[in-house]
Amino acid sequence: MTEAHATTAASANHATVSPALASHFHDLRQQHAAADLGLWIFLATEILFFGGLFAAYLVYAVLYPDGFLEAAAETEIVIGTINTALLLTSGLAAALAVKAAGADMRRSVMVLIAVTIGLGVVFLGAKGYEYWLDLGHHLYPTSPDFPLAAPPAKLFWSLYWMMTGLHAVHILVGLGTWGVVLFQTFRRSFSLTDNSRVRIAGLYWGFVDVMWLFIWPLLYLMGRAT
Amino acid sequence: MSDIPYRDVDVQGEKPGGRLMEESYLGEKFSIWSWLTTTDHKRIGILYLLSTTLFFFIGGAAATLIRLELFTPAGDLLTDDGYNKVFTLHGVVMVWFFLVPVIPSVLGNFLIPLMLGAKDLAFPRLNLMSWYLNIIGGGFAVWAMLAGGVDTGWTFYTPYSTAFANSHVSLTAIGVFISGFSTIATGVNMIVTVHTMRPPGMGWFRMPLFVWAIYATSLIMLLSTPVLAMVLTLLVTERLLGLGIFDPNRGGDPILFQHLFWFYSHPAVYIMILPGMGVVTEVITCFSRRRVFGYAAMVYALLAIAVIGFFVWGHHMFTSGQSMYASLTFSFLSFIVAVPSAIKVFNWIATMYRGQITFEASMLYAMGFVGLFTMGGLTGLFLASVPVDLHLHDTYFVVAHFHYIMVGGMVSAFFAGLHFWWPKITGRLYPETAAQIAALLMFFGFNLTFFPQYILGNIGMPRRYHAYPDAFQVWHVLSSAGAVILAAAYLMPLGYLVWSLIWGKRAPSNPWRASGLEWETDSPPPKHNFLTNPTIEGSVYDYHPAQEPRREPADD
Repeated sequence: MTEAHATTAASANHATVSPALASHFHDLRQQHAAADLGLWIFLATEILFFGGLFAAYLVYAVLYPDGFLEAAAETEIVIGTINTALLLTSGLAAALAVKAAGADMRRSVMVLIAVTIGLGVVFLGAKGYEYWLDLGHHLYPTSPDFPLAAPPAKLFWSLYWMMTGLHAVHILVGLGTWGVVLFQTFRRSFSLTDNSRVRIAGLYWGFVDVMWLFIWPLLYLMGRAT
Repeated sequence: MSDIPYRDVDVQGEKPGGRLMEESYLGEKFSIWSWLTTTDHKRIGILYLLSTTLFFFIGGAAATLIRLELFTPAGDLLTDDGYNKVFTLHGVVMVWFFLVPVIPSVLGNFLIPLMLGAKDLAFPRLNLMSWYLNIIGGGFAVWAMLAGGVDTGWTFYTPYSTAFANSHVSLTAIGVFISGFSTIATGVNMIVTVHTMRPPGMGWFRMPLFVWAIYATSLIMLLSTPVLAMVLTLLVTERLLGLGIFDPNRGGDPILFQHLFWFYSHPAVYIMILPGMGVVTEVITCFSRRRVFGYAAMVYALLAIAVIGFFVWGHHMFTSGQSMYASLTFSFLSFIVAVPSAIKVFNWIATMYRGQITFEASMLYAMGFVGLFTMGGLTGLFLASVPVDLHLHDTYFVVAHFHYIMVGGMVSAFFAGLHFWWPKITGRLYPETAAQIAALLMFFGFNLTFFPQYILGNIGMPRRYHAYPDAFQVWHVLSSAGAVILAAAYLMPLGYLVWSLIWGKRAPSNPWRASGLEWETDSPPPKHNFLTNPTIEGSVYDYHPAQEPRREPADD
């Protein structure tokens, strides 16, 4: 039975020999499974990475509920909410790009990736403007004119800069990845159906979106709860 | 040196003319550039072997300074600051640049694809990248050492590390952060390879236990290392940017650092021992000529250790002021984790029971592992019990305990594996007698070095002091004397293994008549590992097939 399995795998390999297939895999199905699993596992490590930060947030929010509510009321909720909408829309474009790649629709893939990148860049621009406003309000923990009196407010703002900063780094990595994928799609340097590149980039982008969906309520919405 | 004893060559395993068809992975290209850009898992394993050996000797040099300083009660060789920097260097280098990568990245890299009959790991380029990240991270750590050193201890406890230390904390933390990505890359590679590249016929419960051990280790690596990355990020931003997550002046809590740090670092202890367990299982089954006792129990024990290991971190913090109920819970869970560890020890012994045991060097190392790991594990139970820990916390008892696990356990296991697979890796046989002497020397040197430290700790010698009262001296002198023997035992393999590369006899494909797919290919293996796809027949540890009964009891 094992030999029969091996020979069918070998013949399938001969039938669909694709330049996308790396030499150490038997067939594309195995290669795709490896690529998908690899990225999912990597995302698990990312969740643990942010998990450390969320744990710190949770501990301090429980210890100092009042200080955190007061500090959270100072964040720029309008920009934060617009950014949420931008990021979710870019996530939609990315998901559609993955679908289009599965159907080998090259032009659609390029347009959708371009939309994803465009929305991501606008997100970063808005984030930068927000940072500029925050700095203007002396809302950073080393500022001598820090406007809030309670010590936990500085903790909140330390977490604010860490969370949004690390998230922005992830957006930058995602935009870089999309840039490379777009360029390669334009150059036709890989097969959209045989290769998992678009799906991998889409998965990563989805993760970055989901992280923001945790950050947005913690940093922006919470201060408006009272 | 004249007669190298090895088991009779399995002639049937040889494929005549096989070597002519494809060059071995060593002989393919010789330039330095071809090595530095290789994506062959076997060559990357060799790169890791070279780099971890280098880090082992850097960390070992620091250990030598520590033992020299502690030879006399007065702090005469090093200043107190200098001593702090030396033990920090020893800890950082040994933990992150030797113990964590050594078995997964050297032996695991080399063997996992071979054991699975695959051509390479799932992501060969990621594999190469992980080596470079490890080197860059290690470079940062060594740079910090050359620039003046770090004095926080390898644990980087706050608030000292954030608010007071003037040494190169950030530089070292960045180095460890980078090497963390190397660990994660290796972990991803191993898990994906095991999941997607097993050959037809090799189900999950037919894999060699070494593969299972690396799999369980990779799970821990993936789920714990990111938390270390986060805690180091918070540490560095607090030092450099003034974000005060752990600063009491801003309402922060230094104990939170300890929680997050040990959430990584306790599972990391299992990163540093599970691969050793895998190696020892392979070696003991081979040289006992016995099927492993309780295969499924061994697998579940590995997974249980990996999972429960995530819920015991608080036993490092019994004296930190955490709640009594937390301490009791962590204490209980720490006792629970001893159960699967004990299952493994019993199963190794049951495997050896009535086996046809021979004492090749790797078997001596493996048996040393079982004894030393048991001692280290049992003293771990002392420390897991809250009242005893209050007495022993931060004493030499703790130092002795974790050195029994890390050095007595993991380093012995690494040497066991290195000797066991040396013929496969290099195609040469090492001189057996010299290796047996080194293995025995290491066992005795190790015990002489670290057993006195249990006593020292119990009579009150704290960790991390460079001077001490005269009453402790006799034990410190014993310990330092043992360290000399241990150093000799570590230098010997460097000598005879290098010797064997040039003058050693050529190894047959299966010098130990061991089971496992890696022994079915040539020694050293060809570039693509197998000339024909290997077939899986029988179980992994087919040392005494069912139709072939063992000797009658009367013959014993």
